[in-house]
Amino acid sequence: MQHIRLFIALSVLWAITQNSFAADTHGDDSEKEFDPMEMIMHHIADSHEWHVVSYNSNGEEKHITIPLPVILIDNGLHVFMSSAFHHGEELVKKGDTYYKLYHGKIYRTDASGTIAYDDNHEVTNSKPLDFSITRNVASMWLSIILIIWLFTSAAKRYRGPPSAPKGVQSFVEPLILFVRDDIAYAQIDKHKADRFLPFLLTLFFFIWINNLLGLIPFFPGGSNLTGNISLTLVLALITFFVTNFSGTKSYWGHIFWMPGVPVPIRLLLSVIEFIGLFTKPFALMIRLLANITAGHIIILSLFSLIFVMKSIAIAPVSVLMVLMMFMLELLVAVLQAYIFTLLSALFIGMAVASEEH
Amino acid sequence: MEGLSLTTIGLGLIISGAAYGIGRIAQSAMEAMGRQPEISSKIQTAMIIAAALIEGAALFAIVVALMKG
Repeated sequence: MQHIRLFIALSVLWAITQNSFAADTHGDDSEKEFDPMEMIMHHIADSHEWHVVSYNSNGEEKHITIPLPVILIDNGLHVFMSSAFHHGEELVKKGDTYYKLYHGKIYRTDASGTIAYDDNHEVTNSKPLDFSITRNVASMWLSIILIIWLFTSAAKRYRGPPSAPKGVQSFVEPLILFVRDDIAYAQIDKHKADRFLPFLLTLFFFIWINNLLGLIPFFPGGSNLTGNISLTLVLALITFFVTNFSGTKSYWGHIFWMPGVPVPIRLLLSVIEFIGLFTKPFALMIRLLANITAGHIIILSLFSLIFVMKSIAIAPVSVLMVLMMFMLELLVAVLQAYIFTLLSALFIGMAVASEEH
Repeated sequence: MEGLSLTTIGLGLIISGAAYGIGRIAQSAMEAMGRQPEISSKIQTAMIIAAALIEGAALFAIVVALMKG
């Protein structure tokens, strides 16, 4: 039954993609010089289409991509598929305005699609408000579906009479217990920790699963979601709000009027502690972003070696190094999820700590 | 690539400092674990927190260096 369902799901996916895939051709750029920086940035950045595979047919480079919906708010709401841009080669006219997809961003242009630059080679064209379902958003929804499936199917087993863990349950149960005992109970007062456990568990599994999805080099993964500053910003902001909204009187007292020190030092400390309120989530944001993005850049750079050196002899060395980096990144994926959760628990623990020490 | 800029040297200094700091933490933590193996899990947590704080400072510097450079 399980296999039949999987088969049907795959066939439906195949049918959908067959119809909506736009196999576009790009002639005459097969001799183009390989630019590793451009390739890496393309993989790191967010985009309006989900690239599946590129292949060479009769000397022509073909790309198979899944188009994603573009949602623009610019004198009204415009919704269309990103395939209308034909990978940036064509303009889209909505109302009186022309839109052009240029290096992953949508700009307003004139009828001939002119992109203007200033002295620093920055694009000066204005941009509409872009609420598109980009690759990162689609990838996030996929991960949310995956997480909900994983945990609801594990949670179902706890409804009946207690029994030995089975299947997916025996995978998630030790992880949940690890987050509860070694992160939440270790950092937060035990009788207060249960209130924050759902948040910490969500944080840990969301970051970890998205880190792992980002490491999958082909279609369902491959988007650099946890290396996107918007996502890490929101995660850090949630930690910031949870920490400060649950802060006790003594927590705020220790920030603005540190007990037990002379008054001039109290004033100085209150400034430092107030800045500290914001630097803590800022460090959380930058740490996750930098670690994941750096890992992606290193892996892609090692792959680029083959094409920069233009030699097949370098390939075994490059592949071995990439394999090594992938192993390290598997560790980093869980380590960063752990550190983010641990530090969140630590901040919350400081905020809700009781008076008696 | 415009050769060796001040940003590059600065990034090198940041990494050296952070690596030295985290290395010292790991060294002390391992010595402590060797002396007191029964509380090694507590030491490990404290080690990771201290390393993460140093890493945070290094990341600030890297972000500033990249924005300036």
